[in-house]
Amino acid sequence: MVSSDYAIQVRNLTVSYGPKPALLDVSFMIQKGELVGIIGPNGAGKSTLMKAMLGFVKRDIGDVLVFGKPVEQCRGAIAYVPQRGTVDWDFPVTVADVAMMGRYGHLKWWYNPSKKDTEIVDRCLEMVRMSDFKKRQIGQLSGGQQQRVFMARALAQGAQILLLDEPFAGVDAATESAILDVLAEAKKAGITLVVVHHDLATASEYFDKLLLVKQRLYAAGPPSLVFRQELLSEVYEGRLKVFTDLLKG
Amino acid sequence: MTDILSYGFIQNALWAGVLASIACGIIGTLVVVNRIVFISGGIAHTAYGGIGMAFFLGISPLLGAGIFAVVAAVIMALITLKDKNRSDTVIGVMWACGMAFGIILADLTPGYGVDLMSYLFGSILAVPDSDLVYMGVLDIFIIGYVLFYFRQIHAVSFDMEYATSMGVRSGLIYTVLLVMSALAVVLLIRVVGLILVIAMLTIPPYIAEKKVCSLKGMMILSSILSLVFTIAGLYCAYVFNLTSGASIIAVSSVCFFVFILYEKLKEKLRS
Ligand SMILES: Nc1ncnc2c1ncn2[C@@H]1O[C@H](COP(=O)(O)OP(=O)(O)OP(=O)(O)O)[C@@H](O)[C@H]1O
Ligand SMILES: [Mg+2]
Repeated sequence: MVSSDYAIQVRNLTVSYGPKPALLDVSFMIQKGELVGIIGPNGAGKSTLMKAMLGFVKRDIGDVLVFGKPVEQCRGAIAYVPQRGTVDWDFPVTVADVAMMGRYGHLKWWYNPSKKDTEIVDRCLEMVRMSDFKKRQIGQLSGGQQQRVFMARALAQGAQILLLDEPFAGVDAATESAILDVLAEAKKAGITLVVVHHDLATASEYFDKLLLVKQRLYAAGPPSLVFRQELLSEVYEGRLKVFTDLLKG
Repeated sequence: MTDILSYGFIQNALWAGVLASIACGIIGTLVVVNRIVFISGGIAHTAYGGIGMAFFLGISPLLGAGIFAVVAAVIMALITLKDKNRSDTVIGVMWACGMAFGIILADLTPGYGVDLMSYLFGSILAVPDSDLVYMGVLDIFIIGYVLFYFRQIHAVSFDMEYATSMGVRSGLIYTVLLVMSALAVVLLIRVVGLILVIAMLTIPPYIAEKKVCSLKGMMILSSILSLVFTIAGLYCAYVFNLTSGASIIAVSSVCFFVFILYEKLKEKLRS
């Protein structure tokens, strides 16, 4: 099998911050164009897994391949929306400027952004329903709106892989449906999507494939395979009742 | 007014003001938005170790300070990139060590006593032509760096993690930024003194940031503000016979507080 049929391959990945590994011997493959959800309890290593897929964290052992090449050689091929933006909200940039940063990899330094770049940025802001805020300074937005601007920035990058770390955390129903539309549209365009998700109730509905993570990879596959009672009760210890209901419903 | 300008030293002071304003406007903007004011202070003080060493070895103080500042900048960049949250402690230690080292070496230097304190204040009214040339070269370097790498600098300053994911070599851009501020600080210490450098690096960008919403605009506006403060300060120094550096800082500070008051009042009136 040609390895680059896969957008992302993770092999025997172990990452540790201290003595105890945050991720232990995780292996999985994600096909091009798939919409994959990563689930697991707080502190399970979901964000760490995302950062490993971006090549941000040091791996103890293991490989991460992006389109068959080591992740370090693939900078720019993956667009990323962090869980919590750790930026300086007083920074003098407008919403449109932030989204334009997604285009920086495509711009020649001596040229201003072309009409095409501006159009792409406008369309991405439109997709996340932030067009009305273009001229706003980035700090003068609500948390959910800021998150959507970062999503527009990642979309504008035009990458083939999009990683989103909990895009649905703390957003209202309207925003949630807007984000779902964006995901659907990206998927239609053939983009591979990996999304960290917290809400088990909607996970099976939103994603083609799920990765259940808690330090180790407990299960990977279609939701029907991952949502098995013994697995969930092992990973989400002590909250079994909720899942029994969930599995019934 | 015209007879003030006929003095050569006043002309040099004005040129120094222009060149320092350009450097401070650009670097100050980056220092403020990257929140590295403390690091710049640390670099400047570590450079004192270099001045002491230069006296001890009998080499040019500018060279000694330059070497120390650049090395300090690189070390601080590496530390900050590794551990963002506790880096300020290490910087504080380097700050103190650099100064102590400089003073001890100056004590050990045989012959004459060296007054390191004179480097705190500099003297814009006694700038030799050679320093103007150095400053001009520095300005060219700074402008070149910012023009050439503007988008990378912009992306890294705003969101280093994202910039890295796009393929920008964030660590390098950040390190070069610190080295640039180190060079700027060292050169400007000699001309206008350490305290004025810190004031010029922070006050104009702070005001500018409230008035414009772009990095470029902030750089240009802070350079202009810096120049206005310098000229107004020099004029006050001349008219009231005050120390020039202190008078420039006084003018900037008064403008700073008036500006804050004005912003607060505006907020009150609006609500
Ligand atoms: N920078 C860090 N330094 C040390 N330990 C860390 C760091 N980041 C994460 N960890 C630890 O690694 C583990 C995994 O963290 P991670 O952020 O990946 O979890 P997560 O699954 O994203 O959790 P959440 O649902 O709360 O976002 C946790 O035990 C956490 O304490
Ligand atoms: Mg997380």
